[in-house]
Amino acid sequence: MTNQKIDISSANEQESGLNNQTLVREQPNHSKTVGKILLAVVGMFGFGFALVPLYDVFCDITGINGKTSNEAAVYEAVEVDTSRMITVDFITRTNSGMPWEFEAQTQQVKVHPGKMSEVAFYVRNPTKRDIIAQAVPSVSPGTASLYMNKTECFCFQHQPLKAGEEAIMPMVFYIDPQLPEDITFFTLQYTLYDITESAQPADVVAMN
Amino acid sequence: MSTATENVQDTPSTDHGAADHHDDHHHHIPKGITRWLFTTNHKDIGTLYLWFAFIMFLVGGAMAMVIRAELFQPGLQIVEPNFFNQMTTVHGLIMVFGAVMPAFTGLANWLVPMMIGAPDMALPRMNNWSFWILPFAFLILLASLFMEGGGPAFGWTFYAPLSTTYSGDSTALFVFSVHIMGISSIMGAINVIVTIFNMRAPGMTYMKLPMFVWTWLITAFLLIAVMPVLAAAVTMVLTDKFFGTSFFDAAGGGDPVMFQHIFWFFGHPEVYIMILPAFGIISHIVPTFSRKKLFGYASMVYATVSIALLSFIVWAHHMFTTGMPVFAEMFFMIATMLISVPTGVKVFNWVATMWRGSISFEVPMLFAIAFIVLFTIGGLSGLMLAITPVDFQYHDTYFVVAHFHYVLVTGAIFSIMAAAYYWLPKWTGKMFDIGLAKAHFWCSLVSVNVLFFPMHFVGLAGMPRRIPDYALQFADFNKWISVGGFAFGLSQLIFLWLLIKACRKQGEPVSSQVWEGAEGLEWEIPSPAPYHTFETPPVVK
Amino acid sequence: MKLVKFISWLSLATVGFSAIAVETGRSDLNLRKGVSDISHQVYDLHMLMFYICVVIAVVVFGVMFYSMFAHRKSTGAKPANFHESVKVEIAWTVIPFLILIFMAVPAANTLIDMEDVSEADITILVTGSQWKWHYEYRENDIDFFSVLATQPEQIANKFDKGENYLLEVDRPLVIPTGKKVRFLITSDDVIHSWWVPDFAVKKDANPGFINEAWTNVNEPGIYRGQCAELCGKDHGFMPVVVIAKEPAEYEAWVNEQEAIARRAREEEQRLLAMNMSMEELMTTGERVYKAVCAACHQVNGEGLPGVFPALKGSKMALEDIDGHIDIIVNGSPGTSMASFARQLTMSEIAAVTTYERNAWGNNTGDMVQAKDVNAIMNGEE
Repeated sequence: MTNQKIDISSANEQESGLNNQTLVREQPNHSKTVGKILLAVVGMFGFGFALVPLYDVFCDITGINGKTSNEAAVYEAVEVDTSRMITVDFITRTNSGMPWEFEAQTQQVKVHPGKMSEVAFYVRNPTKRDIIAQAVPSVSPGTASLYMNKTECFCFQHQPLKAGEEAIMPMVFYIDPQLPEDITFFTLQYTLYDITESAQPADVVAMN
Repeated sequence: MSTATENVQDTPSTDHGAADHHDDHHHHIPKGITRWLFTTNHKDIGTLYLWFAFIMFLVGGAMAMVIRAELFQPGLQIVEPNFFNQMTTVHGLIMVFGAVMPAFTGLANWLVPMMIGAPDMALPRMNNWSFWILPFAFLILLASLFMEGGGPAFGWTFYAPLSTTYSGDSTALFVFSVHIMGISSIMGAINVIVTIFNMRAPGMTYMKLPMFVWTWLITAFLLIAVMPVLAAAVTMVLTDKFFGTSFFDAAGGGDPVMFQHIFWFFGHPEVYIMILPAFGIISHIVPTFSRKKLFGYASMVYATVSIALLSFIVWAHHMFTTGMPVFAEMFFMIATMLISVPTGVKVFNWVATMWRGSISFEVPMLFAIAFIVLFTIGGLSGLMLAITPVDFQYHDTYFVVAHFHYVLVTGAIFSIMAAAYYWLPKWTGKMFDIGLAKAHFWCSLVSVNVLFFPMHFVGLAGMPRRIPDYALQFADFNKWISVGGFAFGLSQLIFLWLLIKACRKQGEPVSSQVWEGAEGLEWEIPSPAPYHTFETPPVVK
Repeated sequence: MKLVKFISWLSLATVGFSAIAVETGRSDLNLRKGVSDISHQVYDLHMLMFYICVVIAVVVFGVMFYSMFAHRKSTGAKPANFHESVKVEIAWTVIPFLILIFMAVPAANTLIDMEDVSEADITILVTGSQWKWHYEYRENDIDFFSVLATQPEQIANKFDKGENYLLEVDRPLVIPTGKKVRFLITSDDVIHSWWVPDFAVKKDANPGFINEAWTNVNEPGIYRGQCAELCGKDHGFMPVVVIAKEPAEYEAWVNEQEAIARRAREEEQRLLAMNMSMEELMTTGERVYKAVCAACHQVNGEGLPGVFPALKGSKMALEDIDGHIDIIVNGSPGTSMASFARQLTMSEIAAVTTYERNAWGNNTGDMVQAKDVNAIMNGEE
């Protein structure tokens, strides 16, 4: 913009009778402007990728996608709210191509917010091959996921099972008494995925 | 524009010193193919962009004809569903990235230097590059259609995981070509920004910039902000599909809905990238043919800036059905509705410009008036779509298809045609064939409404978009829509014919002002515009 | 003022005309009112927005066309000089703003009503997969797939199209009227969207995540919808059909379905011990193949090159019997080949495997029996 002012003044000079030479445009500093824009381009490309962790943070704050935390919550001694009873419905699914049997041993629990509860899940690998599984949790309504605190969950780790093996997987949780009043019922779904191919070598070692 | 100008471009100058960007100016204009391959002249590059955009418009249009032919009747007649999906996908990609965006870049190339009194774009060699990589991007995209398994078939929005785990190998070509298109647009945007920042003629202050320059400046910033995000999104799709990452795969801790957030963070500003320059064009044409200054210039600028800023906080209105908490739905609903305020201001300003003017109806004005009416219809259906509870009913139906075609075809494309008719005599020095132009206008106007208006009805009645076959209750309207589609497609051949005639310099010579009432620097240079203009800057008072 | 009169006359006429057009109940012109309280609210909201938009359009276009008519150059109009007015600019910023608030309030109310998360009477897990829906009743032992029932010949224009062309399924979802039914919606592969216009319910089915929606239907009847999110080749061919029954009828239906499911399991066990003849296997296999497999692998077994592999002459169909059964039972992760263990019975899988190994010149002579499928399912081979 300072360039512009100079231009104007040179134009004024021209009007006052100087020859055309002074009117010649001053070489503008393009490279500086280009540099700044390129920086913005690179920055925005980075921002595109930064949206991935930002989205996770955003979801952790707002519960927008109904994912529960994938780290164990530390139980804080909160007062159990006996005036409310919350129903939690468990849905167990295996993704297409995942041959395990997978069931919640208790399909539905009713708990007071603040009280610890444990639910067990049964899995069996009926095939002839060893399989590593990953359970992906999802809560609906999504907001409830913010108040679903799991102190222990099989979904925090990969779950390896050898051919024909079966196991009981525990999940310990409590519901934050801050849970909004209008939610009296929510659903927690686990989907099991076969991740044998992409699993880390550490898991394979753990399996043997 | 209130610019009393003093045109000094004819002043012979013997010493150009540091001001000279060209090696070859004032010499002969190079001939033959090398002129076009190696050109760094903004007018040549503008012409290349415009012809490329028009060819892509015809190619994308041909795909639309395939779609409409298949949908002429219920049942599968002409193509099988997989190919149908490729047609809808590539039609969308070509029209967005191959037709509308390059057409606006072409207009910017031609007009921005002439409007601000600059001799050329700031970075002429990069200008050449940004055009010439574009044909390769589209060759790659079109070539992917001939791969085994066909080209991209996941919609131009390429939602994961349909575009990752469940797509064909052609996805790699798709990603590559989108990258090239993105680089091209970014280079174009850089050029526009640097040109406007650094090369305005003396006295051309920001609040004297012609509206087209203003809207393009803001568009260029939008491009800089969001094209890299698109590049990031396609890169993630590429690595998810071929390199084992799981950005969008729940099994690996990703989230397919996140793709939509990232995509629409690009996608909504992209919508405004395709309409802001149109606002600029209309803001030139309406005052010219009303013989009256643009009403509320300053508010037009502020409205454009607010539309651009708001476009960054409304993206999730494309995603209401993905399942969001109520507060998020409310936020995006209200933010989206807010956009209609500055957009409304623009429409009101145009109407106020016409009010008590001295209006005549030359072809550019006809297109501009059609733009105002039909774009407003598209804007109003957009307002209806913003209302979350009813959006659950409209979403992914033909109502949406009707909405965005009103905004993009009768909006963006009509504005491009208006611009072509408005500035064509300046470019060629000859008046175009007015009879043909009027035939083009009236055929397009009638057919485009037969084509898109009934889509509102089938959408409301429940026809989902992107389906190759439909239930019998939609049959009558679809027949009409297809007839309108073919007619609209054929009408564009009139335009092609007219353009060929214009390029062969047929027609009456025109004055430098061309249109009575036209104001601005570009109307003060001779017609046709000389190969080099404003080598010494004009003075804007 | 002339203009004001002109515009008010025009808006009245337009609104009146559009009201007549949309209220005469032509279902092919407008949104359906639907059959739940929510869908009625949504319909009213839609009409309110529509009328507001019509009035805005008429006023703006009225002024514009009046100006085009009255201020045209050919009648000698001289241009005025004004080009700025802060007052006017403020007015047409503030007035639309007020209109928006007027629109946002009822919209927000409806939205809050829609997102009611209170406990439901019945919960149904809806799972989309390429190109069918699966319904699982959480409170009862009922689950089934629901696939397009329109004959392929109708789609190929060989037979006349029926009344509910593309909007009919083999097993519709059944729900009771007057009860709050919750739909938990998810997907096995790509994103689908479960949509029944009459309930004003449209929710995306996202793989790995659940979404929920609900309805409370007032009137018994058959309600049809479609998948609304592009989900691949046969996106246009996965309709949703819901039958709403009176609660008593619904109870009877549930009991009947549970009984059928029990009998089917017993039958399955009985068939395990039996061997079917080649002829039986081929007949059943062909039927299953055409209904389930042909959408991708094509009736001639040649698939779609580059998209869906051919079975005719394929190595798997000619040599690897166990691998062949395994891919039908378990699917192939990361591809469109889904698991059919839930959709087909063991004897159907046996039959279709046999069919694929002996049709189109794949004359292996192999016969696969239900017990072979059972062995693969339980990892006994």
